[in-house]
Amino acid sequence: MITRITRLGRRGCDLVEALGRAGMFLGQSLVGRPSGEGVKLWLRQMHFIGVLSLAIILVSGLFIGMVLALQGYTILVDFGAEDALGQMVSLSLLRELAPVVAALLFAGRAGSALTAEIGLMKATEQLSSMEMIGVDPLKRVVAPRLWAGFVSLPLLTVGFSVIGIWGGHLVGVEWLGVYEGSYWGNMQASVDFVDDIGNGMLKSLVFALVVTWIAVFQGYDLVPTSEGISRATTRTVVYSSLAVLGLDFVLTALMFGEMG
Amino acid sequence: MKRSKMMEFGVGLFMLAGILGVIFLGLSVSGMAFNGGKETYTLQANFANIGGLKPRARVTMAGVTVGRVEDVELDTEWFDARVTLALDSRLEGQLSRDTTAAILTSGLLGEQYIGLSVGGDPETLADGDTISDTQSALVLEELIQQFVANMAQD
Repeated sequence: MITRITRLGRRGCDLVEALGRAGMFLGQSLVGRPSGEGVKLWLRQMHFIGVLSLAIILVSGLFIGMVLALQGYTILVDFGAEDALGQMVSLSLLRELAPVVAALLFAGRAGSALTAEIGLMKATEQLSSMEMIGVDPLKRVVAPRLWAGFVSLPLLTVGFSVIGIWGGHLVGVEWLGVYEGSYWGNMQASVDFVDDIGNGMLKSLVFALVVTWIAVFQGYDLVPTSEGISRATTRTVVYSSLAVLGLDFVLTALMFGEMG
Repeated sequence: MKRSKMMEFGVGLFMLAGILGVIFLGLSVSGMAFNGGKETYTLQANFANIGGLKPRARVTMAGVTVGRVEDVELDTEWFDARVTLALDSRLEGQLSRDTTAAILTSGLLGEQYIGLSVGGDPETLADGDTISDTQSALVLEELIQQFVANMAQD
């Protein structure tokens, strides 16, 4: 019994310690003046994290927009309200689906790669060699990746929304024959720039912070063995997905619920 | 070095696409118009019941959007709804004094908006004036009540 309680206590201590380490890690990486070299490293990461994620994000966005239009149409047409299709597609994409799905895909596509890359750097002792020659790995390796993640996910979310709305137009207007004017008109009447688009962007910024932070920290903090790398990669995807979905509820309650 | 330039170009394109995306969302999806330079003037109108009219709703004339609802509040003197309309300033001094304002619904379940129609009075409404001839929103329950009452009479 006592050993159980001790074990629980140790778990608790470990958890708090890890949270503290992660917080210190984030603070230390982000504070500091960006140098010319840093911008170059950041650009490199933007290319890998952002530009190369574009394909998966855009294709998923297109299909989600098309499915939304199809599903929405079959429900709305029963009430004779298929004119509200544009409104339904755009609001569900902007408020909910684009930030969340883009963040989940981002965690799978870019987050796991970040963890594996940094983890391998740690396992092959590249990080400690950097420290040895007086280069701070937090500044050189971690900071550019964090900043690249913060910038690219909101941009990817915008791409997701735009192509999703276009996909909805493709299915709703071109295929199912909803009147084009009502698709765009109802959308414009109901979408508010600050409340809907702005809050969606805010959500995706929070998700970007959380997902990139988890990915990079898991890579930096892992046990430097091949098993450790595979575990950390799995943890990145699991933790960031859970964090995104959980935070999404909290943020939605604050933004669109009666609490806000 | 060649590759790095290509990469920078790719990142630049990516960020540009993101910014263009936000502009598209702003203009085409949320229907935001750059009305910073567009002059407006205000008119007031009192309605007995505004139904589901909200601020930012359209104000139309012959179906053309000519302004937005700026504010909706309760008039504590008459206990009816006082609606402030912001109209395109090109219409200033053009609307006759007996212009009517009606709250209409686009489609069966659509948004509510205000429709203006001009009268024949030679005098015109100036900035801050009140439209006196108004028609309230159609409330479905009242309509049904009337219908049932008429049925009972027959």
